[in-house]
Amino acid sequence: MAEITLKGLAHSYLAAPSSAEDYAIREMNHVWHQGGAYALLGPSGCGKSTLLNIISGLLEPSSGDVLFDGERVNHLPPEARNIAQVFQFPVVYDTMTVYDNLAFPLRNVGTPADKVRERVLEVADVLELTPQLRRKAKNLTADEKQKVSMGRGLVRDDVSAILFDEPLTVIDPQLKWKLRRKLKEIHQRFNITMVYVTHDQLEASTFADRIAVMYEGQVVQFGTPRELFETPNHTFVGYFIGSPGMNFLEVEARDGRVMAGALPLAVPEAVHAAVAGAGSANVKLGIRPEFVKVHAAPVDEAMEAVVEDVQDLGTYAILSLRLGETPFKARIEEDDTLPRDRAWLRFPLARLGLYVDEFRVEIPHE
Amino acid sequence: MNQSIPTTPEAVRKQAAAADARRRRQARPVSRQWRRRGLMTAYIVFVLLPVYWLLNMSFQSNSEILGALTLWPQDFTLEHYAKIFTDSNWYMGYVNSIAYVLMNMLISLAVALPAAYAFSRYRFIGDKHLFFWLLTNLMAPPAVFLLPYFQLYYTVGLFDTHVAVALAHCLFNIPLAVWILEGFMSSVPKEIDETAFIDGYSFPRFFVKIFIPMISSGIGVTLFFLFMFSWVELLLASTLTATNAQPIGSVMTQTKGASGIDWGALSAAGVLTILPGIVVVYFVRNHIAKGFALGRT
Amino acid sequence: MNNKIYSNRAWWLILPMLLLVAFSAIIPLMTVVNYSVQDVFDANTRFFTGVEWFQETLNNPALQAALVRQFAFSLTVLAIEVPLGIGIALLMPKKGWQASAILILVTMPLLIPWNVVGSIWQIFTRGDIGLMGWGLRELGYGYNITRSAVDAWGTIILMDVWHWTPLIALLCYSGLRSIPDAYYQAARIDRASRWAVFRYIQLPKLTNVLVIGILLRFMHSFMIYAEPFVLTGGGPGNSTTFLSQSLTTMAIGQQDLGPSAAFSLIYFLIILLVCWVFYTAIMNLQKDKQLDKGA
Repeated sequence: MAEITLKGLAHSYLAAPSSAEDYAIREMNHVWHQGGAYALLGPSGCGKSTLLNIISGLLEPSSGDVLFDGERVNHLPPEARNIAQVFQFPVVYDTMTVYDNLAFPLRNVGTPADKVRERVLEVADVLELTPQLRRKAKNLTADEKQKVSMGRGLVRDDVSAILFDEPLTVIDPQLKWKLRRKLKEIHQRFNITMVYVTHDQLEASTFADRIAVMYEGQVVQFGTPRELFETPNHTFVGYFIGSPGMNFLEVEARDGRVMAGALPLAVPEAVHAAVAGAGSANVKLGIRPEFVKVHAAPVDEAMEAVVEDVQDLGTYAILSLRLGETPFKARIEEDDTLPRDRAWLRFPLARLGLYVDEFRVEIPHE
Repeated sequence: MNQSIPTTPEAVRKQAAAADARRRRQARPVSRQWRRRGLMTAYIVFVLLPVYWLLNMSFQSNSEILGALTLWPQDFTLEHYAKIFTDSNWYMGYVNSIAYVLMNMLISLAVALPAAYAFSRYRFIGDKHLFFWLLTNLMAPPAVFLLPYFQLYYTVGLFDTHVAVALAHCLFNIPLAVWILEGFMSSVPKEIDETAFIDGYSFPRFFVKIFIPMISSGIGVTLFFLFMFSWVELLLASTLTATNAQPIGSVMTQTKGASGIDWGALSAAGVLTILPGIVVVYFVRNHIAKGFALGRT
Repeated sequence: MNNKIYSNRAWWLILPMLLLVAFSAIIPLMTVVNYSVQDVFDANTRFFTGVEWFQETLNNPALQAALVRQFAFSLTVLAIEVPLGIGIALLMPKKGWQASAILILVTMPLLIPWNVVGSIWQIFTRGDIGLMGWGLRELGYGYNITRSAVDAWGTIILMDVWHWTPLIALLCYSGLRSIPDAYYQAARIDRASRWAVFRYIQLPKLTNVLVIGILLRFMHSFMIYAEPFVLTGGGPGNSTTFLSQSLTTMAIGQQDLGPSAAFSLIYFLIILLVCWVFYTAIMNLQKDKQLDKGA
């Protein structure tokens, strides 16, 4: 049971890193609170596996500190950190039975037999492994093996945190869902800090209360799935979360209007003021396809866009549009009129995000 | 430190494992590190000592060998090597050995490849029994076949030829090759074959262009074993040859002259038989670590 | 491998191999069987003898003694080489130039012709010119392999350990290399001791290669011929005369075709039987595990 703090953490695989690109983890401060269910989400190469290995103790960070309950553990190996890790591929001890596999971490530290028994039976029950307890681990299916791997972390009631390193990669899709539910259930029951690494946003948002999105060695946003969706802090989060990702228009304030290239945008004055005062050449407006208002006929205060493609997905459709020179996506529901060649778009102010140098800034209202 | 930035999760894991191993090695008590190295060194010394002694002898003159025991050559000489390289009896022994070994490797591999493929991909009448029977040939003591081989090869007129020895060694080398290759081939997914056939590859073209490259390390290990067992075997090789195809091993047994055994020449010849082996290991050293388990871990 | 295609056309792929092996195995074996039931005087005169030669062979005390020695030898070298080979595999470095160098050095004895192995050890152990023979005498031990059966045995076993431990070591090394890092990491996270790592991770991964290693070592040690022949010539007395040498003496030296053919077949059958029993036992163990799947 512990609170894990990362203080000024940075890591490079190079002996003498010179530029920011040489770092797998860049200057990071972060706190994982005791008992939380967290996901570490990001594309491959963003540093999430590196971060996980630093927390578990397999890697020592180049600089900065890892603190467990305020205590510096940088130099402690995994066995001394009291941490459990579930790997991408299930690791079971083939020659042992499921029971012995689950009992292994307890027996290694000389736990009395009756206590071992009690813990193993409890964990087996939660993981629905009770019928398999007497079987050799070698003959289990992949998902059963992965449950055993998780179980070995759960039997230890002293464990600081359980780290999951893309644990469902080898599991069948329908079982994935079941196992994720199971994990969530376990989390609620045992109140253990869990950190779950994945590149799949669906997996992250069904498992975790809060998600840390990583991009180029940094946590760019840490928030609930809803926050990540509605107010992405960084353009990357906008692209990465949601399907399709957020629309971004490169804009500038010109002649008293907000222009996306040659196209003047119909946006409120508050937006114009914010863009004009941004103080950077890299200014973008972002809006999720779900929040764009689409009209099949011209309306006031709307922008005309060319319809290039319609992807009908049953209850809704995704429109591929071109707004000025920018490709643009919008989602319309089944009941709405499907525009032909042209569509008229409106951006509700509350749903519009302003991004200066890729980071979100508040648009001052009124 | 590894000077590269890992980009895939797999690479990150590898790097983490390596960094961790390095850290643990450094953290290990010095006494344990030294015990480890000490034990390994002791074993290597045990392996090298008899070979060193052979080398030592080969550079000494016969009078020094038979005189007082010296730990290294006091009177360094190459006369024994000179003798081997100038006497056709001696050097032809090497040529003969290498000739039949290469011939055997070629024949064994050529027939074992399709057979191993059949065993790894198809079921057919008698497949299991046939495989078992093949393996029993590995267990046949060469001594058992000595006399029948002699008579057989004499009758067909192959006695004292390289082919005779190459064929005789097929007795154990073909089953071995089939068995090793079958292990490697079975670990190649069947889908590869199916995809290639759908793409319009003919069987021979698929086999040569796609399949063989995929099991190249298996073939390397197989060749290693074929070389090994053909090169080291002497009982059959010396029985089936007289003068024209005599292997180096049996030339060596004839060093007893009027003045007793010519130790120097024997040692020099011995040293020269070790060299081809070292060359072969050097070439397959990177495959040994993975391939020696014969695809059966 | 349950998804093999049923096709008898596969026989065409097998055929070349079959013809060659048949030529070098079946025809000679038929000759041996033929001799074993006949008494051959010359090319035209022979009598059918039935199982007489087999009875004679089985009752021959010299051969019985050789068989006992053979088993004693094979079991002794297995008992030494298997643990030693595992130990060496665990000690061998996994990376860097040392790994390659040690790999080559360890493999070297395997690629030395068997009679040269005999010669190397003959030179190494001789009292007058050999380092080991001379060394032991200097240390005050009256080492002499031509007189003392104990010395001869000890030397032959030492030679075999020198010669063949590398095979077990390389098989195990290769087996150990196939264990993914995650297993070791998981074991550490589970706080397993060094012994537990060996017992539950490394040893199970070695079972398959060890089965291969033990079978190969049993077979080859049971057929050993050239090395002791060169080193001790079977002596002193008959103390290091093993089956192959007895057979060769009988067949080539004395030209006793009938008895040596019967002896050959019995010899072959013993190896087959031992290998079969060992293999079946292992397979049954694995089958138990398979059955467990259905339970």
